[in-house]
Amino acid sequence: MNVLIYIFLAIGAVFNGLGAVALLRFPDVYTRIHGATKCTTFGSIFSILAVVIYGFWRGGGQGGTLAVHALIALLFLLLTNPTGSHALARGAHRGGIRPFRAVVDRLEEKR
Amino acid sequence: MLYSLAAMLRAAEWAVTAAFALATYLVLVLWTGGIGLWSLSELIAGAVLSAIVGMVAAPILWERGGFRILQPHRWVLFFFYLVGPFFLAMARANLDVAFRVITGRIRPGIVRFNPGLKTDLGKTLLANSITLTPGTLTVDVDDATGDFYVHWINVKSLEPKPEEVCGPFPSWARRIAE
Repeated sequence: MNVLIYIFLAIGAVFNGLGAVALLRFPDVYTRIHGATKCTTFGSIFSILAVVIYGFWRGGGQGGTLAVHALIALLFLLLTNPTGSHALARGAHRGGIRPFRAVVDRLEEKR
Repeated sequence: MLYSLAAMLRAAEWAVTAAFALATYLVLVLWTGGIGLWSLSELIAGAVLSAIVGMVAAPILWERGGFRILQPHRWVLFFFYLVGPFFLAMARANLDVAFRVITGRIRPGIVRFNPGLKTDLGKTLLANSITLTPGTLTVDVDDATGDFYVHWINVKSLEPKPEEVCGPFPSWARRIAE
């Protein structure tokens, strides 16, 4: 069981790290949002799964509380992360920021 | 008669919202005492708080209908969607984005497509699924026409079909929400 927890934590750390690298490497706000939302959500899912497994494995009131609270945090992360990034992207586009090196921009044509 | 029907509808909306709030609260305070798994003070606090939450939130939440989500088989479908196709697509997307982070090979653009969804819930579900998966990010949704404007990190065609951008998600969103 310990091995599984370590594997999940490692996957989570790697993907969260990749999200940070994406922030530095990508050229404009939209591509950076890609890196910052997807990689960190996926990484956080695995980190939280590790916590959940640890909590249920330890058992009892304390472990169970830990696991259930982590699951609820995961649920709200999955709900709020796409909503927040959508708001950021929409705000950026309305504020007049054009996607870098875009081959097509249908939203610009609409306005 | 009409008035009482509207009042009953409002009461039902309040009851559903309050019940959901109470369930969330009870899950948060599991293992606190001896009545079931809860202590008496937590049960009382939960009842009072969920009644208030129901009064405040119900008129806003059910303003534009959306009662379909109360059918239980939609919850089962949603669960299978989350652990099955959605999680698979998410894993693939992350490997893809990881590859692009390292090589820097991108061809970005904002494309438009129309998945033909009608309800608010279906649109929200699809937009959030798109944002979390294969190199795509929902920038805007046109409420009147149902058009989705999606920032795509690797544009393959300028006038894509919904299936090209987000695979089986539109049909799943239709199954769950409409």
